Amino acid sequence: MRKGWFLPTAAILGFTFLYAPIISLVVFSFNENRLVTVWSGFSLKWYGELFADPQILGAAGLSLQIAFASASIALVLGTLMAIALVRFRRFRGRTMLAGMISAPLVMPDVITGLSLLLLFVAMESLFGWPAGRGTMTIIIAHTTFCMAYVFVVVQSRLVDMDISLEEAAMDLGATPLRVFIDITLPIIAPALISGWLLGFTLSLDDLVISSFVSGPGSSTLPMVIFSKIKLGVSPDVNALATIIIGLVALGVGVATALQLRGQRKPYSRVGRAQK
Amino acid sequence: MNQAPKPLERQGHRPWQRAEQALRRIGLSGRALVIMAPAIWLTVFFLIPLAVVFGISLSSKQFGRPPYSSLLTFGEAGTVQLTLHLSNFVKLFSDSLYVSAYLNSIKIAAVATVIALALGYPMAYFIARASDRWRNVLLMLVILPFWTSFLLRVYALTGFMRGNGVINNFLGLFGIDPLIMMQTDFAVYVGIVYTYLPFMILPLYTNLVKLDEALLEASADLGARPYRTFLAITLPLSVPGIVAGSMLVFIPAIGEFVIPSLLGGPGTLMIGRVLWDEFFSNTNWPRAAAVAIAMLVVVVVPIMLMQRAQSATVER
Repeated sequence: MRKGWFLPTAAILGFTFLYAPIISLVVFSFNENRLVTVWSGFSLKWYGELFADPQILGAAGLSLQIAFASASIALVLGTLMAIALVRFRRFRGRTMLAGMISAPLVMPDVITGLSLLLLFVAMESLFGWPAGRGTMTIIIAHTTFCMAYVFVVVQSRLVDMDISLEEAAMDLGATPLRVFIDITLPIIAPALISGWLLGFTLSLDDLVISSFVSGPGSSTLPMVIFSKIKLGVSPDVNALATIIIGLVALGVGVATALQLRGQRKPYSRVGRAQK
Repeated sequence: MNQAPKPLERQGHRPWQRAEQALRRIGLSGRALVIMAPAIWLTVFFLIPLAVVFGISLSSKQFGRPPYSSLLTFGEAGTVQLTLHLSNFVKLFSDSLYVSAYLNSIKIAAVATVIALALGYPMAYFIARASDRWRNVLLMLVILPFWTSFLLRVYALTGFMRGNGVINNFLGLFGIDPLIMMQTDFAVYVGIVYTYLPFMILPLYTNLVKLDEALLEASADLGARPYRTFLAITLPLSVPGIVAGSMLVFIPAIGEFVIPSLLGGPGTLMIGRVLWDEFFSNTNWPRAAAVAIAMLVVVVVPIMLMQRAQSATVER
């Protein structure tokens, strides 16, 4: 097909639109001036200020703990869900379960946040648990939407996986659990890692749901950032953003490399067999 | 080949099998556990909460903890009285604030979805047609913002569009007066397209990359011009991708809170922001719950469409 000018132009425009704001944010984090967008010289002083701010450091620590816990619980539950829906062809409530797992993916955050908060309040007045809201209620809320993302990632890997490997192990007398640990787990491992990482970053990023279900003294990092942005210009947010974007770029690089390696293996093997 | 095969019974003493036998003894198969654990979690923390929201939307605001009246009151002699207030829903239809916020959200989400489609489609098509090496690089460039903090990307836009922001400084070089972009509906459109563009591109890409090039060549051989080929072949075949991408932008955009609150002006009414204010500023939990139910009604059809697409990929 003849290569036109339209598609490349649109792609260049689109990628510029996606990246220009982020790049300018990173550049201006090294700006000495308090006016974020007026350049007056290179400086690392906002980074210094950032690491001297106990509120931000505390919130960052809390957010990392919450993200670690929610991503890990969500990894287990989301993987179980993927196995149930991909490998068990028929069971009662299957359609219902399939609906429930994908709904949190697109449910507006304000609804998820409000509904969980109302649940926690109702449960507290009925059973006295959870007593108050804080880290634990945030972890429960984050786990619920993270498991949907883990499910999507793991499910697509399970669908693509060669099922004859599992069947062969089963024919050789291995129990289902043994098959899972020895055969399935190593094959879907890259998907598990990217699912966990996805859950981790989504949990780190969540503002709306956390705001509903958090309690006094449990402000996560996005909540602190949001209130800082609301108050006006704050160059230290630029510094913080640059650190986070750097870490994410690193993480995505590693995850993509892992997934590409996972995908390439079977193809390269086929290629060698054909030669 | 003179080694005798291991007797099969020996395997019964391996740890995996012992664990499975122990579970089976208390009446649980591994299969049931695999299904039950996530099913119970989702029922308790997803399904029941939605029912609770519906219940509380039928109560009324009162002072105290929790700040809503209970639906059931237990009277003397074991009578139970059920009190349902429809006032919250009546208010949603009679108060112009809610009606215009509702309509405005749908309008903003729909227009932003169309813009995102117009921008995302050529990008997805370009990536799908790129050479293998470039395709992976470009895909990663689309995925990277998707992993980057949503809040920080909205913040990056404020730095871009502010009165003394990057765009206005750039225009100033040519002697153009600063444009007012922040705190307008325009900024909200830009914000939604900017943050949700990867959600539009990825499903479109997945669809377009599977497009059989032979069809395009056949069409060209038969003398069709490129735009004709596009309208007759590419576009109809990519409808599933268009639907999936559009839903992934439209549904979250309807309930968006962060973008209108950071980029929009005081006049940018959106239903997610109204819900937030009802809850946090007015502490009117029943009203907020009613707003949530009203929002669910709008998004439930697109969500069902999404789920059908989702279960289709699972069945595959």
